[in-house]
Parts: sequence; structure tokens; C-alpha cells
Amino acid sequence: MAVSVSRVGYPRWLSQMGEAFRGVFLANRSALRLLSLVIFFGVWQLLCAIKFNFFINFQFVPSPVEVLKATLTFFASSPWVHFRSSIMRVLIGFGLATCLGVLVGVLIGWFAVIEDLLLPPLELLRPIPAVAWIPLAILMFPNAESGMVFLTFVGAFFPILISTINGVESTLSDTVLMRVGQCLGAKPWHTFKDIVVPGSLPSIASGLSIGMGNAWFCLVTAEILAGRYGIGYITWESYVTSNYPPIVMGMLLMGLLGAFSSWAVSRGMGALMPWRVVKKQGSV
Amino acid sequence: MMTQLEQRQTVKGAVQVEGLSVTFRNRGQDIHVLNQIQMGIKPGEFVCLLGPSGCGKSTLLNVIAGFIKPTAGYVMVDQTPVTRPGADRGFVFQQYSLLPWKTAFQNIELGLKIRGMAKGDRTELVHDYLNRVGLYKHRNSYPHQMSGGMQQRASIVRALVNSPSVLLMDEPFAALDAQTRHMMQELLLDIWDDLKTTVIFVTHDIEEAIFLGDRICIMGVQPGHIKAELPIGLGRPRHFDDTLSAEFVDLHRQVFECIREETMKSMEGCL
Repeated sequence: MAVSVSRVGYPRWLSQMGEAFRGVFLANRSALRLLSLVIFFGVWQLLCAIKFNFFINFQFVPSPVEVLKATLTFFASSPWVHFRSSIMRVLIGFGLATCLGVLVGVLIGWFAVIEDLLLPPLELLRPIPAVAWIPLAILMFPNAESGMVFLTFVGAFFPILISTINGVESTLSDTVLMRVGQCLGAKPWHTFKDIVVPGSLPSIASGLSIGMGNAWFCLVTAEILAGRYGIGYITWESYVTSNYPPIVMGMLLMGLLGAFSSWAVSRGMGALMPWRVVKKQGSV
Repeated sequence: MMTQLEQRQTVKGAVQVEGLSVTFRNRGQDIHVLNQIQMGIKPGEFVCLLGPSGCGKSTLLNVIAGFIKPTAGYVMVDQTPVTRPGADRGFVFQQYSLLPWKTAFQNIELGLKIRGMAKGDRTELVHDYLNRVGLYKHRNSYPHQMSGGMQQRASIVRALVNSPSVLLMDEPFAALDAQTRHMMQELLLDIWDDLKTTVIFVTHDIEEAIFLGDRICIMGVQPGHIKAELPIGLGRPRHFDDTLSAEFVDLHRQVFECIREETMKSMEGCL
């Protein structure tokens, strides 16, 4: 048997496969991303199948196949009311956080007085996680729905606020940009509209993206509070009733919705910034 | 239009610098950047500020622009003291300074928009200027889509479109390659020949200063002062060939001798 062997000592077909792999996956970034998901679910299924138990125990973890079954059952019943409730809570909370976060962020970034007046209490509230807000949310809000919206708002507000402040401050600190405006005779309004707002937009965009993710993050917390509908509610409810596959399904659905809405936010902001070029190391 | 140009030629753009000193405080020490600068510039004159790095030439330009307040003395532009930056003193920066989020057209239009000029008028004016510097085709390009030379052309036009009394240029071509730099110099002289705006041009390039200027102010270091003034008698319009003439080479030698001493001093300061 004459198996052709390359100089380094492994069979040629192996190196040819390597070439093929490189051609399909490394050159094609969407294929590479798909592959990463396949590997992720494959490894998970494998760990469940062999009942992996070394420090971390996979014996009781639902496998991807079980989760898929639970998902099919869930979609066969009436899933849309859950989706609708969760999406509405996140969107309203995120929307309010965007309006307030950008507005307050711009004011804090622009005026030193407002920074001194508003920032200290905000910095005090910022590290408090959404879970810790549950009792107060119950006490402060007239109904569970507004309390839940408040909790998603808390998650989204702070990243948006901080990114906006940073964006405005770094634009105002850019000597050349500010001088360009000055020697064109710009009044504060023009400086704001034509320089500071577009200059801080990239920073605000990343704040919105993170804020959107955080809003989903806080959803389970919010839906523990009360209610009968919602993806977070199903997740929590399944835990209480020891029905494990739907828990993982709920987690994955939230991950999926969160990732999708963050992506939508980035795309939307990207459309607002046609002037922006994003390059990665190594790209030409 | 012609009368407006003539008027500008005779009236607008006189710059007077009187006893100007600038001192910065750094770590409790006073650093004298400029000492007792005295300068008079006639309307329509093209003056080059030439000197080694650290001689304060950019600082002087920034004071005239109103970006920096002098410690002593003052600057007058057309009998009005300079207290803050304004559109009457156009500025072209060394770095590419177009607003990245605006197209070439929008960048140039901004000053007119701020002034409140009607949309139709400003479109016409901006298009004229874009044509003048060969950028009309690129009017809808964003800065990142334009070459360095194109960006600097747009920056020059952005300043000129506001018909400033004086155009301040801070080493505007320093970042460009040699070929582009020569083309930009000729283009600038071309425009200046039409508009006869007063130009104060900061550079450390001797050849550039001689090629462009009516007069060169050579600056010395520690602290920055005007060491010598040299009128450039070369005829106009000037072309690249002129840089090879005996007269040009002779001027180059003179300036080089004068500036050499200061460069040595500024290097010693660093060691």
C-alpha cells in the first residue's frame, strides 16, 4: 500500500482535509460561526450522554435533544402570549432607559454643575443589582407590570447613561474637533448638534447595545416578581415545579432574543453612522 | 464680485501683533514660549513663519486664532483686538480635521450654515469652491473615503468659503507625501492669487516657506522670538521650476544658515 506521505510525516489526505477545512471555514466567517455553534451543542450533548461527573455534574442537566423536545411542546401550545409579554416589558424598559439615559448623560457630560448635582446619587445606585430592587419595586409601583418594566429599565439605564457621559466628555475633550467648531464661529447649539452629538454616537451605540442585553438579563428577575406570562416566568416556574428541560429552553430563548435585539440595536445605530468604518486587526 | 475682491485686497486682512508673550506654567515652573513678538502684516500678504520645532510658531498661530490667550501683548486683526476664535480667521490644521461624520460638502457648508446663509446660496458657493479645488466629484464622500491631499484641500476650502480676513495654516502639508505636497503648494498659490486673502503659514520646511511666501519670519528658540525677517523677491506666479533657480538656491542657503544655529540650540535643549 503506497500511501503518499508529505515531508512532515503525516498522510497527504490529512493535509488535503486541512486545506479543505481552511477553504470552507476560515475563509468564510459565517461558516466558521455556524461551526462554533455546532461544536457547542455537540459538546453539550456529549457531556450529557456520558453523564460527565467530575466536579461539574451533567447527570441532571437536560441534553440539547431534551431541550429541543421541550421547545417543540412549548411552541405547540400558545407561546406567543409569553413572547409578547416579555418583549413588551423589555422594549418599554429599554425605551425609557434610552430616553432618560441619553438625556441625563448628555446633560452630565456637558454641564459640570449637573454632573455635581446628579452623578453622586446615580453612582450610589448603579452597583445595586436588579434582584435587590424587587422588594422596593413591589412597594413603589401600583401594579406588578410597571414594577417589572422598572426592573428591566434599571438594567438598561446605567450602561446607556455611562456610555453617553463618556462619549460626550471625550468629544468635548478633543481639542482639534472643538477648535474646528470655534474657528467656524459655532455657537453652543451648533457645537452640540454638529460635533458633540455625532462625536459621541459610537459610544452611545455601544451603551445601547449593552443596555439591551442587560434588559433581557434582568427579565427573569422581573418576572419572578409576579405574573403568569413571560419567558422569564416560564423559566422560574419550571424550576419551582422541577421540570428541567423548559428551564434550559427559557434560558436559551432569552439568550437568543437578547442577542438578536442587541444585534438589531447595533445595526440600527450603524445605519445612523454611515461615516463609520470598523476594522479588525489584519483587515485591509 | 470683482469690486468685492478689490475691496478685500485693500482693506481686509491687516494683522498687528504687539509685544506678545506667552508663558505656560508646568510643574511650578514658568516656561516662556514666546517673548515680545512684534509683527505687522499687510492685507493680502503671504507670510511664512519658519523655525525649528519648539520655537513657538504654532503657539503664535494659535494666539492669532484666539485659541490661546497671551500672557502679555495683543493681536489686532483689522483694528479689532482678538479675544476669541472666530470665522474671520480661517484655520487649517496640521492633522486631518474634517468632521468624520460629514461629507466633503457638509464639512465645507458648516460655516455658512452657522452664519445662517440661505440653503440655495450656500450650495452654489460650496459647489464653486469644490470645483475650484477639483473636489466636486467627491462632494458626497466622507473623509475616510478621501486621500490626505483631498482632505486638506477640503479643509482649506472649508476655511476660505467663509471669506476670512486672514487664513491661518499650521503645517497643513506636513503629513503629505512630497509629490502631493508640491501640488498642494501650487494649488494654494493659485487660490491665493485669486482671493488675495492674507495668509500666515507655519512650516519647518525651508523650501516650502521660500516657495510660498512674500516674506519669511524666521523664529528663534528659548524663548520663541522673531530672529530675522526676509522678503522673498521671487516673481509670481511661481512654479515648481523656480525652486531650481539660482536665486531660489541662494535664498535657501541664507535661510538655512540663519536657522541652523537655532536648530542646534533647540537640540541642546532636549539633551
